[in-house]
Amino acid sequence: MRNREPIIRVQGLKNQFGAQVVHQGLDLDVMPGEILGVVGGSGSGKSVLLRSIIGLQQPAEGHVEVLGRAVTGNDATEDADLTRQWGVLFQGGALFSGMTVAENVQVPLREYFSLSDALMGEIASYKVAMVGLPPEAGPKYPSELSGGMKKRAALARALALDPQLLFLDEPTAGLDPIAAQGFDALIRTLKETMGLTVFLITHDLDTLYAICDRVAVIADRKIIAVDRIEALKQLDHPWVQEYFSGPRGRAAATAQGARRPESASSYEEA
Amino acid sequence: MPAAPAAPPVTLTLEGDRLGLAGRLTICRATTLEADLPLALAGSEGPLTIDLSRVEGMDTVGAWFVHRLLRDRPGSRLEGASADAERLIAEVAHADRPVRLRPDHVPFLERELGKLGAYVFEFFHTLSTSLAFIGLTLVAGWRALTQGRGVRWGAVTVQMEQTGVNALGIIGLMSFLIGIVLAQQGAVQLQQFGAEIFVINLVGRATFRELGILLTAIMVAGRSASAFAAQIGAMKLAEEVDAMRTIGIDPMEVLVLPRVIAMILMMPLLAFYASILSIVGGGLFAWLSLEIPPATFVQRLREVVPLTDFWIGMSKAPVFGALIAVIGCFQGFQVSGNAESVGQRTTLAVVQAIFVVIVLDAFFAVFYTAIGFK
Repeated sequence: MRNREPIIRVQGLKNQFGAQVVHQGLDLDVMPGEILGVVGGSGSGKSVLLRSIIGLQQPAEGHVEVLGRAVTGNDATEDADLTRQWGVLFQGGALFSGMTVAENVQVPLREYFSLSDALMGEIASYKVAMVGLPPEAGPKYPSELSGGMKKRAALARALALDPQLLFLDEPTAGLDPIAAQGFDALIRTLKETMGLTVFLITHDLDTLYAICDRVAVIADRKIIAVDRIEALKQLDHPWVQEYFSGPRGRAAATAQGARRPESASSYEEA
Repeated sequence: MPAAPAAPPVTLTLEGDRLGLAGRLTICRATTLEADLPLALAGSEGPLTIDLSRVEGMDTVGAWFVHRLLRDRPGSRLEGASADAERLIAEVAHADRPVRLRPDHVPFLERELGKLGAYVFEFFHTLSTSLAFIGLTLVAGWRALTQGRGVRWGAVTVQMEQTGVNALGIIGLMSFLIGIVLAQQGAVQLQQFGAEIFVINLVGRATFRELGILLTAIMVAGRSASAFAAQIGAMKLAEEVDAMRTIGIDPMEVLVLPRVIAMILMMPLLAFYASILSIVGGGLFAWLSLEIPPATFVQRLREVVPLTDFWIGMSKAPVFGALIAVIGCFQGFQVSGNAESVGQRTTLAVVQAIFVVIVLDAFFAVFYTAIGFK
């Protein structure tokens, strides 16, 4: 039913800052249509992995392919072709501070397409509404928005080009639990309606249980396991055990059991 | 714009009230769709039957076009839409809410008058807050001297290095060249009267009294006022200044005072250094080009440059230093909101610092001449 070629393929990745080796021999495949959560301790190199995949960080060794194409060593046209297939939500939102929310959403549209102003306005409106921002948020500047609204606006910009692939770096960090829950639901809905593949870095156990099809664990400079949470819990690794079986992990698991018993993931059906 | 991947282009066919869409309804085809849709529908009215059975792929932009048709032609219906397409269209329809994109439009006259008012208000606001800022700096200085932890000499030395020692190269080079230019241009004029020897008067007096200090102050304003504004502005954006206040540290005491003190201490030294290098430049030119040997140059310099010139120059230096530092820090504290504001405030800091230095220099010149230092 689905194409089983991985949409992201990372092989033998090595990242190094001076003498500090962050990744060594890291392998990871992300399948089309899945939501992959990436977890790991602070400083384990989750964000560096994200930056390597989207080509912001030149790896010391190894190979990264997205949609069957290498992410580094391309010319400008190839780069543009590739980057418009994905949207990235950075940890702090990274909205352009000199532009309004609506203008931020229109930046990628202006860059790649020559659409009429009217159509661009309509696209920006429904994207802004889609991510759950109130109608009066459009003409506001990022400095006038709350943390949660900034994340939503940044998500609207990431989704501006209808990408196949969405990278989220700690999307729910700093949100109140209700907003975080809303964000989880939003990502799930968007994934289902738009057929997105989502690469999600998070510390939020609730998010992992609520929306991730598979979870990858970074420890000891590589991905030590990629699997469903139930399977990961059986893994004999001290960090993984502490993470999922600590008080917070258990609380999230219980909450999830109560909330969504029918949690059959679409990736599993594939 | 990169070429779109080769996919069957979108085609539109209208038979009666039946609109057939085929191909890929995606953002890559949005330009075509936007142009062709009104053409294909020209002359037709009333409800449509939209046939999506030959659509090969759809994203939210394609769904938006279909939704717009359904919305604008009440009674229209879909045919042959896949479940995914229907879900996408429903999602887009759900998000079709009036969203404001631009700030409200204000008529021309009202807008321009508003701007003028804002300028006037801003001017007086800046005037009063900057006076208050100078007052706060003085209070912080007094407090540091009389109570509390005292002046933070560690921070002062760091600032002295950054604003003074690190500026030696560029200020030295600039002064040296100015000295040569001054001597050379003066010589061209004075040679007409056979009075080249007065080049020494020109270089010596102009340098110690005016140019050495003024050019140094302008250079330092460009280097350090901007640096202060940007440093403090970035700290303000990152809420570091607020963090200091909550810990009970006075930002005036740790950020402003060390910078002001460092500049008060470094400016006279820099000005003296600049004056000397300027004299060296002038002397070198006089030696090589006018054949006035260095010994004669120095001898004559001691005769024609009164010590008051030196003291006039040196008395201005700490005042300029303090003002440049205060203006830089003040503009840094005015940063708010976004990265653009850091840029604006940094520019303002440099412009205001140079302006104030030149205005004040004019006052000094008139004052010292009036009290008889000629």
